[in-house]
Amino acid sequence: MDSSLETAADREQLRRVVIDPVSRVEGHGKVTLLLDEDDHVREARLHIVEFRGFEVFIQGRPYWEVPVMVQRLCGICPVSHHLAASKAMDRVLGIPVTRSAEKLRRLMHYGQILQSHALHFFHLSSPDLLFGFESEVGKRNIVGVAAAYPEVARQGVLLRKFGQEVIRATAGKRIHGTGSVPGGMNRHLAVEDRDALRAEIDHMVEWSRAAVELVKRLHRADPALYDEFGRLRANVMSLVRADGAMDLYHGALRFRDADGKILIDKVPDQSYRSLIREQVKPWSYMKFPYLQQLGPDEGWYQVGPLARVQNCDFIPTPLAEAERREFIDHGRGEPVRATLAYHWARMIEMLHAAETIRDLLGDGDLLEGALLADGERGSEGVGIIEAPRGTLIHHYQVGGDDLVTMCNLIVSTTHNNQAMNTAVREVARRYLDGRKLTEGLLNHIEVAIRAYDPCLSCATHALGKMPLVLELADAGGEVVDRVVRE
Amino acid sequence: MSDSIGMPRVRVATTSLAGCFGCHMSFLDMDERLLELAKVVEFDRSPLTDIKHCGPCDIGLIEGGVCNAENVHVLREFRRNCKTLVAVGACAINGGLPAQRNHLDLGDCLQQVYVKRDGIEEGGVPDDPELPLLLDRVHPIHEVVRVDYFIPGCPPSGDAIWKFLTDLIGGRTPRLAHPLLRFD
Ligand code: SF4
Repeated sequence: MDSSLETAADREQLRRVVIDPVSRVEGHGKVTLLLDEDDHVREARLHIVEFRGFEVFIQGRPYWEVPVMVQRLCGICPVSHHLAASKAMDRVLGIPVTRSAEKLRRLMHYGQILQSHALHFFHLSSPDLLFGFESEVGKRNIVGVAAAYPEVARQGVLLRKFGQEVIRATAGKRIHGTGSVPGGMNRHLAVEDRDALRAEIDHMVEWSRAAVELVKRLHRADPALYDEFGRLRANVMSLVRADGAMDLYHGALRFRDADGKILIDKVPDQSYRSLIREQVKPWSYMKFPYLQQLGPDEGWYQVGPLARVQNCDFIPTPLAEAERREFIDHGRGEPVRATLAYHWARMIEMLHAAETIRDLLGDGDLLEGALLADGERGSEGVGIIEAPRGTLIHHYQVGGDDLVTMCNLIVSTTHNNQAMNTAVREVARRYLDGRKLTEGLLNHIEVAIRAYDPCLSCATHALGKMPLVLELADAGGEVVDRVVRE
Repeated sequence: MSDSIGMPRVRVATTSLAGCFGCHMSFLDMDERLLELAKVVEFDRSPLTDIKHCGPCDIGLIEGGVCNAENVHVLREFRRNCKTLVAVGACAINGGLPAQRNHLDLGDCLQQVYVKRDGIEEGGVPDDPELPLLLDRVHPIHEVVRVDYFIPGCPPSGDAIWKFLTDLIGGRTPRLAHPLLRFD
C-alpha cells in the first residue's frame, strides 16, 4: 500500500521540520517531515525513539514474577500486560483457569478498558475535537475543557475514576496491582467493593451513552472532516469469540482485508507466529508487523477499537450493539476507515465495557469459588488479550528451573505502526503540502496519531520509550524550522 | 494568569523520561481534585498539554530515570526552569525496572531484540540519527541534576501526590504520613 512518502530520494536537498515531542499521547515519539523548496512534503515519518529492553531482562526471571514485572511497561494499561502475561503462564503451567478467576480477570480487564478509553477521549483527545485542531495552544488540554465544558470534563474524570476503582477492587491497587497470578487469581471481590461499584454503575452506563452521542454529534456537525481526515485502506486484526462476538479478554485471531472481507479466521492464539512477522526499519525502535501471507507491503493492518468494532459480527451487550449497527450503517456498505472514527468506535467500546461490568457485578462467582486449580506443567505459552489500544501478544518459554528462557512481546501500538505512519503521510499530503507550516497545521499530524491512542512506552519495550517529534530540515539536514509551541 | 482573587497561579511542569507513564496516571488519580487543583495551578510543558518546552516554573515533576541523551537534555531543561524539582516514583529515584538492563550489555540487548529473534525480517539495529543515543545504563535523576524532593512508590498514589502538592503550594513543608509513604 501507500509508502510513497516514507523515504525521499534526494534527502540531502530537503528541509527538515520536526514535531518533538508528540504531546497528549502516552510516551515519547517524534515526527520528522522533509520538504522541498516549494514546501511540498517529500518524506514524513513517525519515530519511536526510546528503547527499554524488557524482552531481554525478563529472560532469567522466575515465571511467577512476570505478570507483576511486565505491567511496568505501561502505566496506562498495566492490566493488559498483567493479564496477557498471566494467560501465557496459565498455559505454561497447564492450569485450566477456574470460573471465579476468569470472571474476576474479566472484571479487572473491562474496568481497564473503561478507564483507558475515558482517559484517552476526555483527558487527551477531546480538546482537539471540541476546540478545533488549530485552536489556542494554551487552552488545548483537559484544564481548558474543564473551563469551557465543565460537565463533560467532570463525567470524563468520574468515568476514569470508576474504571480505576474496578481495577483497585480486583487487583489491589489502581496502578500496578497484583491480583492476577499464573494459573488464576489471588483474591475475590469484597462485598463492600461490589456494593460501592454497583451503586454507581448505572451512571457510568448512562454517561458512556452520552459520550457516544457526543462523538456522533461531532461527526454530524462536520462530516467532511470526520469522514475524510486521514482515511486509509487497511487490513484489520483482532481477537473474536468463537461465535463471532466481540470479546476483549479471550478469543481467536481474525483478519479482514481493506474491503471488509474475512481473510483469515479462527486462528488459535498459540499459533500467532504462523501469521505475523515483523520488519525492522533503521529509523524507529518500533518494529513493523505484517501478515506473512501478504508480505510487508500489503500485509500491514490496524488494530484497536476501529478494527474491533468492524471485525466482530456483533457486540454481546444490547446498548453497544445498537450503536455498532448505527456505526456500520454509517459506512453504507464500505468499511469505515476514517482516522477520527477511532473515537466513535472507542466510545462504543466504553459503553460495552460499562454494560459488561454491570452484568458481571451481579455474579456471585466474583465473591466466592476456587481461584486456582492444578495443572500439568509445560514449557511454553502465548497469552493474547485485546488491550484498550488493540491486540497484545505475550509469548514465553520457561525452563525446568522455573526461569524464563524466552520472551517475545508484540504490543498493540506496534501493530498500528505502519497505519499511523500512513495516516501521518495522508494528512501531510492533504493538509500541509505546499503550505507555510504553522503550529496549528502541525497539530493536524498529531491529531491523526492521537486517534490511534498510541502507547509509546509499551511500544518501546525493547529497551526504551518512544518520543514523538515533528521536524523540518534544510538541504544540509539542519533543522531550520522547528515549530515549537510555547 | 491569576485566579479569581488575584493570586498568581502556581506554574507546574511535568515530564516522563524512562518511565511507564504510571506516575502520570497516578497524578490523574487525584480524580475530582484535579479540577480543584486546576483553579490554583497552571500547567507548562507536560504530556497533558501541547507546550513542547519548559519555561520558568514553580514546580517540576519528573517521572522516570535517564536512559538516553534526550532524557539528559530534557531533565536539564527542567532543572534550569523549575524552582522546585521533584523525583516522582521509583524510576526517577533509582532507575526502577528499566534499570534491570544495567547488568546487561546494551549491544547484546539490541542484537537480541532487532536481529536474533524469530519472526524478524530484514533485521538490523535501528541507527538513524533521529534516534537519541542510548546510554549504557539507566540512571536515577539525582545523578544528573540536583533534586529537591523524592516521592517514593511505583507509582506513588494519587493521594500522596495530592498531599505533597497541596503542602508545597500552601507554603508548608511537604509531609507524607506513614500510610502514604509506600514503596510498592
Ligand atoms: S515508578 Fe513505577 S509507575 Fe512510575 S514510571 Fe516507574 S514503573 Fe511506572
